[in-house]
Amino acid sequence: MNTQTDKRRPYIRSMNGWWKRDPYFKRYLAMEATSILVAVYALILLVGLFRLSQGEAAYNGWLEALKNPLSVGLHILILLVFIYHSWSWFKIMPKTLASFYFRGEKVPQAVITWIGVAVSMALNLLVLAILAGVQP
Amino acid sequence: MADSTKIIEMEVMRYRPEQDKEPFYQTYSVAFEDDWSVLQGLQYIKDDLDSSLSFRWSCRMAICGSCGMMIDGVPSLGCRTFLRNFYPNKIRVVALEHFPIERDLVVVMEDFIDKLESIKPYIIPKQPRKIEQGEYLQTPEQLEKYRQFSTCINCMLCYAACPQYGLDSKFTGPGILALMHRYNADSRDGGRDERMALGHADEGVWGCSAVAYCSEVCPKGVDPANAINQNKMGSVIDYFFRFVAPGETAK
Repeated sequence: MNTQTDKRRPYIRSMNGWWKRDPYFKRYLAMEATSILVAVYALILLVGLFRLSQGEAAYNGWLEALKNPLSVGLHILILLVFIYHSWSWFKIMPKTLASFYFRGEKVPQAVITWIGVAVSMALNLLVLAILAGVQP
Repeated sequence: MADSTKIIEMEVMRYRPEQDKEPFYQTYSVAFEDDWSVLQGLQYIKDDLDSSLSFRWSCRMAICGSCGMMIDGVPSLGCRTFLRNFYPNKIRVVALEHFPIERDLVVVMEDFIDKLESIKPYIIPKQPRKIEQGEYLQTPEQLEKYRQFSTCINCMLCYAACPQYGLDSKFTGPGILALMHRYNADSRDGGRDERMALGHADEGVWGCSAVAYCSEVCPKGVDPANAINQNKMGSVIDYFFRFVAPGETAK
């Protein structure tokens, strides 16, 4: 037991505005904030699914609404935010995995990140190619 | 000192609990040479300018882990940060963030020490072993699994870099969770289940939101964020495994 507790007066600092203290924290909060627009986009897609269940006319109405300039602007913003969101996740990916070894050497975390980015880009291109194929 | 012409302003956080209501900054002019660390600057202040300044230090070579402090806002070891990198600007030295300040640059570290003890930071043998059985053998591959996590010097820089710990000190925190992983990942150890009772908790690995600044500031390349997030996977596997095979856990 510490017998000097009465003479000690530890000072506890406030955490108010902690995220402004370091650029690293600002980037972290920006990364977290991107999830809001990811959720918004999920809602837009869910509305589309709901309209589809209501029949062709309803679905076409939803498609028409998406052509509104405000909606196009929002989608461009969402695309940019998605790219940053994806990058931030691939950047953190090596932290979530046990170390990999290749020919006895530890695979650097940056390599794991870039493999993730490359696979993601390849899959996106594949989806775009499939969509281009099914277009009339 | 005689032939040194460079003088840097060191702005040091002071807090003397017997007379100050709150911390304040005191500026000292320190004549320094190119090979001077921030710690040497503080030692010069204490020896020649103001003997009332308090700070912790011991080895001066990034092994003891005593001189952790915020240097221009970044959690750093005073002994491996050099004054020349800040000159001609002034340099601000503050007690490690997220810990209560005992006095000046000295923080209260009881919470850290208690947590350190709580995770049983020693090898718990799978079976009792007699001396006649000889030493434990370990392959280089088995050593690699935990070697990186065993280099922690308990300097607490990762705690000063962790907003989750700052916001709620119930969180076990990066350094201790990395040390927990160090023992769990050791082939000689059989104590994982005992330790993971703490690891599974909200205050354990799940308290981490993957800010990952801990890994950036670590002076020893321990990468606590990696240790913690690997254990999130282990924690999830344990959670589902108990339905399939009660009593068994992931390893």
